[in-house]
Amino acid sequence: MILEKDVVIIGAGPAGLAAAVELAKNGVKDIVVIEREPFAGGILNQCIHDGFGVIKFNEVLTGPEYAQRYIDEAEKLGVEIMTSSMAIDINRDKEVTVIGSKGIIVFKAKAVILAMGCRERTRGAIGIPGTRPAGIFTAGVAQNFVNVKNIMIGKRIVILGSGDIGLIMARRLTLEGAEVIAVVEKMPYSNGLARNVTQCLEDYGIPLLLSHTVVNIEGRERLKSVTVAKVDDKGEPIRGTSKKFDCDTLILSVGLIPENELTKDAGIDMDEVTQGALVDENLQTSIEGVFACGNVLHVHDLVDHVSNEAEKAAKSVLRYLETKCENGQRVKVKAGKGIRYVIPHTISGKKDVTFSMRVDRQWTDIKLTFLNGSNPIKSFKYKKLNPSEMVVVNLKASELKDVESLEVAIDED
Amino acid sequence: MKIEKEMTCIVCPNGCRLEIIYEDTLTVKNALCPKGVEYARNELMNPVRYLTSTVRVSGGVLPLVSVRSNKPVPKDKLIEIVQFLKNIELKAPVHFHQLVCKDVLGTGADIVATRKVIKK
Repeated sequence: MILEKDVVIIGAGPAGLAAAVELAKNGVKDIVVIEREPFAGGILNQCIHDGFGVIKFNEVLTGPEYAQRYIDEAEKLGVEIMTSSMAIDINRDKEVTVIGSKGIIVFKAKAVILAMGCRERTRGAIGIPGTRPAGIFTAGVAQNFVNVKNIMIGKRIVILGSGDIGLIMARRLTLEGAEVIAVVEKMPYSNGLARNVTQCLEDYGIPLLLSHTVVNIEGRERLKSVTVAKVDDKGEPIRGTSKKFDCDTLILSVGLIPENELTKDAGIDMDEVTQGALVDENLQTSIEGVFACGNVLHVHDLVDHVSNEAEKAAKSVLRYLETKCENGQRVKVKAGKGIRYVIPHTISGKKDVTFSMRVDRQWTDIKLTFLNGSNPIKSFKYKKLNPSEMVVVNLKASELKDVESLEVAIDED
Repeated sequence: MKIEKEMTCIVCPNGCRLEIIYEDTLTVKNALCPKGVEYARNELMNPVRYLTSTVRVSGGVLPLVSVRSNKPVPKDKLIEIVQFLKNIELKAPVHFHQLVCKDVLGTGADIVATRKVIKK
């Protein structure tokens, strides 16, 4: 069965929902959102803590409330969300194959928005030595068990990695009655937001061991202990500093990876650093009419930024459906000194552009400078920049006019 | 008595590092917005937090529903409230923002559901 659609959106998390709502508000109603879970909302449904929406709505919402806002609006606008259905293939002709309770359906779309989000790095990705007992969870899985499935995961818990989900889970598990022995972080600074260190760790007296990592795991059936050691500035464990913690559970909060199997299979060009697609200023990928936004493009730290990016992708789709995007001269955007990556990867120089980027390490009292060749175009001052905090800046078309090669770099003077 | 301390404001993701001097009057430095001053005052006098947790649901498509307090509660009551909420079981359907518990443990805050859970 082949069904024609104006737009197929893959994923009904915050990115997919915001894109769908923005399209429907602007009169594009022939949309379908494909969601493999039984409910729309994506990861927000298990993020029961508050702090979402401060930037976008100037309100403090919990994850489920933030999701509900978009779900309500999507319903009101008549957007079709196909839950319990999984997109298993996309091709260059923008045909999306979906498997669900009704069998296999192929949607032929004029435009596709990739909004599949990301998944967690696991123990395998960081190679912790030791046995393979039960009791080792990634933070998101732990969150799903505790907040959605009503399964308590342990009593004495060590958390490796100080990403926001790890910090949030330290508080959640403490409130649920578990003892969180420590949060262990390899870097000399926390990878989560400063406010989460305060309200999730300091509020409950949970130690944050910076420049430490887990060097051994013991236990046959269930985890019995982990060994933690201090690391040097290269991240190598220092002999003689190790300490054993008796615990039954280890939670890993060690990073997220955009979930791009569909994207790669479709032959879309990828960025090795972000592990997301290469996109232009319209958030269009290397296949015309296929756009990407949210955590599938690059991992964000705030959902408000995901929603904004998705709305931008939707606006590009609106223009694409009307006129197709102009494929004129493209200027490459280079991540220079101190910048790990920058989105978008190319610009036309004819439009206002929102740049999202991350720095490669902690920097203090610096300028973030955009350069045309070696000529500075514009600078932004920062007291402090952390790799864990995404930087978003806007440049006007007038500032980008006549740019021949664009570079963003940290300027120390 | 003079109090001088530093604290991280938790009101928004900016996480301003506040410098606080309290001697008869309260001086707050480094706050990017007025909410930081209010936060610092609360932290000194009566630290409060919004509470989020879950409550059991019977007969629903999910075994739990996420809940929150409709206003901040004293920080030192958080664990007690979460443990108290374990005694509650709601019957599906649970509506969005349904009242779960009024004036929880005398804090003046109501507990409300933050998602809906339909019947199985």
